[in-house]
Amino acid sequence: MTSVSPPDTILQFSDVSLGYGDFTVLSGISIQALKGQVVALMGGSGSGKTTLLRAATAQIVAQKGRVTAFGQDIAQLTGESLRQLRQRMGVLFQQGALFTDLNVFENVAFPLREHTRISEAQIQDRVLEKLDAVGLEAAAHLRISEISGGMARRVALARAIVLEPELILYDEPFAGLDPISLGITARLIRDLTDKLKCASVLITHDVKESFAIADQVYMVGQGKLIAEGTPAELSASTDPFVRQFLDAQPDGPIAFHYPVTPAYTKWLEQRSRRRS
Amino acid sequence: MSTPFELISRLGARVRKSITGLGAFMRLGGAILARSGAALRRARLVSQQVHFIGNHSLLIIAVSGLFVGFVLGLQNYYTLSRYGSEEALGLLVALSLTRELGPVVTALLFAGRAGTSLTAEIGLMKAGEQLAAMEVMAVDPIRRVLVPRFWGGVIAMPVLAAVFSMVGVIGGWVVGVLLIGIDPGAFWSQMQEGVDVINDVLNGFIKSVVFGIAVTLVALHAGWTARATPEGVSRATTRTVVHSSLLVLGLDFVMTALMFGN
Repeated sequence: MTSVSPPDTILQFSDVSLGYGDFTVLSGISIQALKGQVVALMGGSGSGKTTLLRAATAQIVAQKGRVTAFGQDIAQLTGESLRQLRQRMGVLFQQGALFTDLNVFENVAFPLREHTRISEAQIQDRVLEKLDAVGLEAAAHLRISEISGGMARRVALARAIVLEPELILYDEPFAGLDPISLGITARLIRDLTDKLKCASVLITHDVKESFAIADQVYMVGQGKLIAEGTPAELSASTDPFVRQFLDAQPDGPIAFHYPVTPAYTKWLEQRSRRRS
Repeated sequence: MSTPFELISRLGARVRKSITGLGAFMRLGGAILARSGAALRRARLVSQQVHFIGNHSLLIIAVSGLFVGFVLGLQNYYTLSRYGSEEALGLLVALSLTRELGPVVTALLFAGRAGTSLTAEIGLMKAGEQLAAMEVMAVDPIRRVLVPRFWGGVIAMPVLAAVFSMVGVIGGWVVGVLLIGIDPGAFWSQMQEGVDVINDVLNGFIKSVVFGIAVTLVALHAGWTARATPEGVSRATTRTVVHSSLLVLGLDFVMTALMFGN
């Protein structure tokens, strides 16, 4: 399938299937993120949201379809061209992925030291500015082991935006944050997107905060794209998948229980045989 | 019971796995060397690692060297006194240390102290997605993380071996001269006379550099290929000690045969 993308498309998935080895996690995924847009990718735990992020950053290659970032097919990029593409992206990892051998300041300064030749004074200004934006300027001197999980995520956010990239990918940006930090972080993501005119892709299952700031929402589940639209459109949707997710209903088309697989049945049989 | 065919097939699989592992090890070594030029230009990263790996191992190396020196003094005095050659104690202690025990024991202690910490550090960085984060930030983790640690280990190892030998000689002197009462002039002059800079000191230095390369590379490879779980990191750490110790002893035999085997 070929699709015509608007000129300000930053990230695009065209009929993409993703998985690991022979196992397919998601198929038939078509999404796009435009310049200046906040896009939320939503879905339950284990629905494959992080797999989408890994495909967008070229950590995995699509089994089928095409992933393009800044108009370039990610699967075709290697070496220096991939490095240049990644320099235009900022990624907030689910667990923060802060470097434990560096302190808070050095973690945020890391991309600047690696990719720019700016002076130490400029590095200090930019790092402290970003730390201030996430409310942690006065924590610059602390070691990573000395800060809480929520603070670590905010430091990781500062590091993801320090190079002011054109595409920022956030993997669960609201997880583990207290209500105050959560609201501020959501506002910060929106403001940054407007200020930098970048595209922001949020991978989240937090309905309230993401609906408040997103321009476009995609919902994934059961291995495919279930719904897409603006937050208002999805809020008004009568689709049972969408309703179950948004209203947090225990019963509905999205199963709470992990499906029984042949591998599980075989394992249980072997176990029962050993015990008898 | 397994059939002979199954046994052969299992043996084949194991041999193939070992060869693949060796290939991956050599490829990682090649990748580290290929990226060394750019990374070495950032000398601060390497000097930090020399400090981390070297300084933190200094105490255990010095204390071990002292005790090995004590034991060498006692054992060699016992043997030499049977032939009335007690004055050669200094020479024997110095030769044992510079040619053999200095590089080998230092490498074994280095594997236990610095090697395990390198493996655990890299393994935990992998488990905490730090290496993946670096890659996504367009920073090559081999160049940024492995290369400075590799050269840190390679530089620190000969210095530690020299410290070990030096402290060991002092240990031998304490036992031989201070406790047993050998003539100090004979102790030092025989050592000065008998220890050859090229044959003994330089060969010992070459050994310690080779051991530094081997132990550091084994430690980095174990961390790099560790499964990203607590159990995986723990297994990798054990692997570092076992593999690097065996490698050091094997390489020592080969180098000793080449250097001193006439």
